[in-house]
Parts: sequence; structure tokens; C-alpha cells
Amino acid sequence: MRLEGLNKTFGEQHVLKDINLELPERKTTVIVGPSGSGKSTLLRSLNLLERPESGQYQLAELEIDFAQKISAKQVLNLRKKTGMVFQDYNLFPHKTVLQNVVEGPVQVLKQPKKQAEQEALELLDKVGLKNKAATYPEQLSGGQAQRVAIARSLAMHPEYILLDEPTSALDPELEAEVLKVLADLAREKQSLVIVTHNLFFARQIADKIVFVEDGRIIFDGEPERFFNEEQENARIRNFISAMTFSDLEAKALK
Amino acid sequence: MWEIISSSLPQLIVAGIKFTIPLSLISFALGLVLALITALVRIAQRGRAFAVIKGIFNFYVWLFRSTPLLVQLFIVYFGLPYLVIPGVLDHGIKLTPFIAGIITFSLNTGAYASETIRAAITSVPQGQWEAASSIGMTRGQTLRRIILPQALYISVPPLANSFISLVKDTSLAASITIVEMFEVSQQIAAENYQPLIMYTLVALIYAVFCSILAIGQHYLEKKSNRHLSQPQGGE
Repeated sequence: MRLEGLNKTFGEQHVLKDINLELPERKTTVIVGPSGSGKSTLLRSLNLLERPESGQYQLAELEIDFAQKISAKQVLNLRKKTGMVFQDYNLFPHKTVLQNVVEGPVQVLKQPKKQAEQEALELLDKVGLKNKAATYPEQLSGGQAQRVAIARSLAMHPEYILLDEPTSALDPELEAEVLKVLADLAREKQSLVIVTHNLFFARQIADKIVFVEDGRIIFDGEPERFFNEEQENARIRNFISAMTFSDLEAKALK
Repeated sequence: MWEIISSSLPQLIVAGIKFTIPLSLISFALGLVLALITALVRIAQRGRAFAVIKGIFNFYVWLFRSTPLLVQLFIVYFGLPYLVIPGVLDHGIKLTPFIAGIITFSLNTGAYASETIRAAITSVPQGQWEAASSIGMTRGQTLRRIILPQALYISVPPLANSFISLVKDTSLAASITIVEMFEVSQQIAAENYQPLIMYTLVALIYAVFCSILAIGQHYLEKKSNRHLSQPQGGE
């Protein structure tokens, strides 16, 4: 997955400034940065939930030029290859857990229902929620809801799973169960792109860290470098100490 | 008094079954279909060519919400026969009272209910659209399978309101010569000189009809509400 010269504005605000980025396959890339830095917009652009005004986007054999008109077919093909997991889960409240997971495979991939359900149950088992197949989202805890959302995105067999602050809405103990699922996926070499505030987790799981600030990529490299060598970089140093501090503070308050 | 009631009640109920109930049911059903179409057109994100169609539907909603229902009935029933366009329409549009009633009540209900449905569709969180499109569902699929089921649930109470209003508004059909319940009560009152009893009696029958609808609403809300009452992932 590769981005070249990506630019995005919201009105007057230039939120993505000439982004060039490669997101390796079968690896876990973690995008970090202060609030309002453009990291979520960057992630959402990968699923075309946001449309940058210019730039090139390449995913396997699919190529998109944002300056040109993008066809519905291109959008669909791209979305089939990229699953999205949202901060507030966005499960379909009128469907059971199982129906949430099979919706995409049956409606979009046109899989036979029986087969889709079989596979959905396996995926739910994988995220530890097979026994919740018949429940409705309102009865789930936040951590369970997010794990269902992950299963829903896995059911589409995407090449990349994009996660937009997947644990930001969760209490620490619920966060842990989601992080465990993500760590399992990373171990299985599922390509992941995660936007998160959790630097401890980033350090554990990331093969690559991307640090975004004010719409620009400030750092793009291995976690070890980010957390050690780059301490000389004042912006990264400030960010890490601010995040670590607020994290500790948040935990202390709970 | 009981004699007056027992002798007139059958006539009133027959009028209710023959006119009030069919007028209400048919008009509400047609009105709902019209409302859904109108709401979908008005929220559609299409190009310029579509703007004209949108304009027509906007005009329709504006027209029926801005003019009195009684006047609308008069225009459709008494007015349209005089709509003459030489060469195209030489003899005007003459409708039976019942058809004129159905048309007017449907259009009127449709205009109000379309606003209800439109608001309900808009109130489904944006995240639902995003989640559906992120798994590759088209706009049509998303509407049909994700948004409308949630929006229609949200619409149940206000739509039930419209339905209840409609039942009572069918009494206006008396003015375009439909012999519905209110018209029958007027006729009987003119004969027996008991306007207080007759009009109170007919009011009670309307109240019974509307109460049945309110019970239906309650049941429908309970049934469709089970999984939409709280935001997901609650504590």
C-alpha cells in the first residue's frame, strides 16, 4: 500500500500536507500523533471515507488518482481490500452479532448465507465471542462490541485492516481484551494499520511507527528508533512525554 | 337518552365502517408510500438533472403543509371539475367524493409523514453509513438494510400521531358530501334535536378508534424497540 503526494483540506484547513507513505503488507503499522494532527483523516482516506483532493493511492494492482474522478467500481474494489474498525464500533444495532458479521460477505461478496455464517462463527470464536452470536449489540460491553467489529471486518477478507483509535472509548480492562485480539492478528501476519494513543501498545505491536503532526509525517520508521534515538527530536520527545504522562494520569484517576 | 344512543349507534358504526375506517386506512397506506418516496428523493445526493425532481417534491411538501386541509378537499372535489385546458382537458376533472377524499388525505398525510421519515433517516448516526460503506455496501443497500430499518423504528411514534390525526381529520370529508360518521351524526341531530348527545356520541366513537391505534403504536414500539433502545456497548 503506497501513498504519494496526498493533500486534503477541510475548508480553509489543510489537514494532510503532501503525504508520502508506504504501508508494508503483513506488518503492523501504528500511526500516532496529537489530536487534530490529521492521523484519522489519513487512515480514513485509505478506505475512501475521506477523499483527498490530490495524490496517488496504490494498493496491490489498484491505483487511484485523487485528482481524477473515482468510479463507483474503484471505490468498491478498494473497500473490499480494506476493512475499517471505528472508535465507537458502529455495529448495526438492529442486527444480531452474527448478522453483523455476515452482512458484508452475503450482501457485498454474494457468499451463500450458510457458508458465510459458518465462517462468521469461526471468526467470532477467534475473537472469543462465539457464545454471543445470537445477542444484539446493545447487550455487549464496549470491548465485546469492538471485537465483533473486528470480526465483521475480517469476514470481508481484506488485505488491510484499518483501525481508527479502536480502544479510545474503552476502560483499561476492556482495552486489554481488544489489544489481545489485535496482537493475535499481528502475529498471524494480518496487515494492520492502527491509529492509537496507546504508546505502550504501539511499542509492543508495531513493526513500523508513523508520527503525524500538523498534517505532515514527522517520523516514519521502526519503533525502536522512534522511542530511543528520536528522543533528540524535540517534537517527538514532547509528544511521547505528553502522551505517557496523560496515559499514566488517566490510569491513576480511574 | 339510552334510547337515542341505542337507535343511532348502529347507523354511526355502519358509517364508520363504510367510510371513516376505509378513508383512514387507504389514505394512510398511500400516504406512507408517498412519504417514503418523497423523503428518499429529498435526501438523495444526485446531480443537476435530479434537482428538478427534488424541486417538485419540495414544492409538494410545502404546498400541502401550508394550506388548510379543508380547503384542499374543496379544491380537489369542487374545484377540479372547473380545471379546463382547451384541447387537453375539456371537461375538467370530476372525482367521486370518496376518491377525492382519498387523494386529498393521502397527499396531505404524505407531506407531513415525509418530513417525519426524512428527519428519522437523518437522525441515524453517520457512523452507520460509514460502517456500511466501509464493508463495500452501496448507498442503496445501506439505505435498505441498515438505515431505513432504524429510521422507521424512530418514526413509529410521530407516524402514529399522523395516523391518529388523519382518523379525526376524515370528519372533514362530511363537507364534500361523504356520508361518514360525523355527517351521519349531523343528520340524526337534525332529526331528533339532540345535538349534544349526538356529537358527544360521535366524538366518543372517534376516541375509541384512536385509542385502538394508540394501543397498536405501543405494541409496535415495544416489538421493534427491543434492540434499539440503548446505544450499543453500554456499561
